[in-house]
Amino acid sequence: MKTLDRVKNIATPFVFGVLFLALWESAVNGFDLKPYFLAAPSKIMEQFLNNTTRIWEATAVSGSNALVGLVIGTILGIAMSFILSRFRFLSQLITPLAISLNAIPIFVLVAVLNNMYSITSEIPRRFMVTLVVYFIVLVNVARGLTQVSSIQVELMRSYAASEFAILRKVRVPNAIPYLFTALKVAAPASVITAFVSEYFGGLQNGLGSRITSNIANSKNAAAWAYVLGACLLGLAFYTVSIILESLTRKGQTK
Amino acid sequence: MFAMTLALLVAFWELYKAIGPQDGGMMFGVRVLPRANDTAMPHVSTMFSRYGRPEVRGSDKKIWIVVLSGAWFSLRLSLVGFFLGTTIGIGLAVLMARFTTVRRGLLPYLVMSQTVPLIALAPLVVSWGGKLEIGSFVWPRWLSASILGTFLAFFPVAVGTLRGLTSSPLAAVELMSSYAASWRQTLFKLRFPAAVPFMVPALKLGASGAVVGVVVAEISTGLKGGIGRLIIEYAREATGDPAKVFTAVFGAAALGLTMSGLVAFFDLFLMRNRPRETST
Amino acid sequence: MSAVVNTSAVEVAGASKIFNEGTANQVDALLDVNLTIAPGEFVSLIGPSGCGKSTLLRLIANLLEPTQGAISVNGKTSAQSRLDQDYGMAFQQAGLFDWRTVSKNIELPLELKGWDKKKRAVRAAQMLELVKLEEFGNMYPWQLSGGMQQRVAIARALAAHPPLLLMDEPFGALDEMTREYMQGELLRICAETSTTVVFVTHSIPEAVYLSNRVVVMSPRPGRILEVIDVNLGSKRSELTRAADGFFRSITSVREALRGTHADHVASTAIRGVEDR
Repeated sequence: MKTLDRVKNIATPFVFGVLFLALWESAVNGFDLKPYFLAAPSKIMEQFLNNTTRIWEATAVSGSNALVGLVIGTILGIAMSFILSRFRFLSQLITPLAISLNAIPIFVLVAVLNNMYSITSEIPRRFMVTLVVYFIVLVNVARGLTQVSSIQVELMRSYAASEFAILRKVRVPNAIPYLFTALKVAAPASVITAFVSEYFGGLQNGLGSRITSNIANSKNAAAWAYVLGACLLGLAFYTVSIILESLTRKGQTK
Repeated sequence: MFAMTLALLVAFWELYKAIGPQDGGMMFGVRVLPRANDTAMPHVSTMFSRYGRPEVRGSDKKIWIVVLSGAWFSLRLSLVGFFLGTTIGIGLAVLMARFTTVRRGLLPYLVMSQTVPLIALAPLVVSWGGKLEIGSFVWPRWLSASILGTFLAFFPVAVGTLRGLTSSPLAAVELMSSYAASWRQTLFKLRFPAAVPFMVPALKLGASGAVVGVVVAEISTGLKGGIGRLIIEYAREATGDPAKVFTAVFGAAALGLTMSGLVAFFDLFLMRNRPRETST
Repeated sequence: MSAVVNTSAVEVAGASKIFNEGTANQVDALLDVNLTIAPGEFVSLIGPSGCGKSTLLRLIANLLEPTQGAISVNGKTSAQSRLDQDYGMAFQQAGLFDWRTVSKNIELPLELKGWDKKKRAVRAAQMLELVKLEEFGNMYPWQLSGGMQQRVAIARALAAHPPLLLMDEPFGALDEMTREYMQGELLRICAETSTTVVFVTHSIPEAVYLSNRVVVMSPRPGRILEVIDVNLGSKRSELTRAADGFFRSITSVREALRGTHADHVASTAIRGVEDR
């Protein structure tokens, strides 16, 4: 029964995907849809394979923006969360800020950042990604450091353990799964933010700008090919964060 | 507390202006620290006083009115996107809860879609505006912005609602079965009410998704009337009028807060009779 | 339906239940169970963990189908009984809906049967009186104690006045004193409504105090070992708990349960059955 379920779990989405693509292809050809509306999957694939180098270059630009922001944001977020766990009153200041920032499209700050730096710099985009990732990591890791089982803390106190020892032996191990929860959200978010930041002008060498320029030139299939590249980038980031998570879970049952 | 945070932020901003390098700081040949002069970083007081002045020299329209109407325009688009996205999301979740095959086939894509930058589709969806005609219905340009909001809203709503619909304890389902209740009755009397605590955070994500979708669409097309376009326009005039762009940025922030405030209000209503969660 | 008038409330004939037949996970839960319950009787099912008592209850409730044999309730098949709503059910977890008031929880089966608003409200109020919770109609389940929640669950189970009540360890999660109180209340309610009851429990004293007959079951695969008549009369009270007959019946049940281990040289304690 179990293996049959597993087979079904993999086969069904696969079949759905294939059916969807087939429908798409036949709809475009059958209804003779104008290319500016929807391009056929076959054409998209064709464009993708023709332009692999250029797609890769653009992906590298957007991807590096996302990556730099992701790494720096994570490091800063972790550092700040330690500070927050030590000085609890700070969390009362920062948490409402983090919650409201969730609701706001803060990427619009890129417009401001472009002025604060020169227009030809990648820094505004990386800054933006850093900011977004920072808050995600901060909120989650801080929660992991502070929401520990009170029984464990009491035990450590009964051993007259220092706050630092409690940090090392109880809080940090507790916080590790929270870090990875944060990364699973932050990784795609970094890609998305890097993307959106490109719409505010500045250097036009990333995926986002390529898509817009291809559409402006009515090369829709090419634009879709770049979209495909973007999706692959996002998936790659997410997959890496999942792999990293599984590395730390060796021997642990969920 | 929140006011204190804001005050701290303002203080931080002004402090940097006071001591920061006028032309920015270089590190490894790359300007890492932003410029602190008045053109790049206007004083906070300038930002606020800017609201009181007219938008364009010689015009009568005060800028706060312009920003407010831009935010209002975008808010309405976001609401449309949110409602569409929520309806489709809930409908899809019900379908997936009912038919295991559909759930198996679609759920992986739904989960994947949250990791993929759907934003990338923005220029494409937006390009449909003005060029598409279905019968006598001409696709208005603003609809593309709402549709992008719908895209971004419906995925988290569908996933969250599905989790909620399947969260009922077995004993409760058995109870309904012992009443010989139909699937539809079980859906409305058990599964949906039990799903509400799961739908609440999903709706929040949907709301912010709708806002992001709409704003991004406005930015990539320069949709007339929206707050996105205002941001881009004012950013271009930043050398001459540095505080202007901030007015629009604050407007966008207000938009996001209003949207999430509306949803939070609705959430309170949904959860009004539930036991309060005790925070540890 | 057959023309033969069936006077029993529940009839289990040669019922067996096997889960995952033919696979490595096969579980022989019940084997050839025969049981007849007369209307108005209170019958308890007791046995060690895994003896299939809950499974038997679910067969009667038509939440499971027997692998072999037949079950009839009120002269109909168990499936038809479920569709006709001939029984009410109560579980260990009260299973009340958090988002409904106490009254609305009681009205749930009536809503599903299509009763109109007024009738439902009247019946709900009657049931609240029956379980002595008249003041609590507009409160929410989480505002009530465990014992009170169970009383609401019983009120709900009896709301449509079914002739049969099926209960799966409903008092298992309550403390001892509340438990004894609830047992008294249950007897009073069932006497007032003349309901037939099939009651699954882990507790020997509880089974003896409540029942006319106690059905002792064997460990897996579940079979009926013995059916013990409890002759304590129909009017039971706190005094009953101190009566000689009470202790005699408890001893009979205990011996019947221990009897399953008679073949074992080293007799071990029976798992999963309380002796208090």
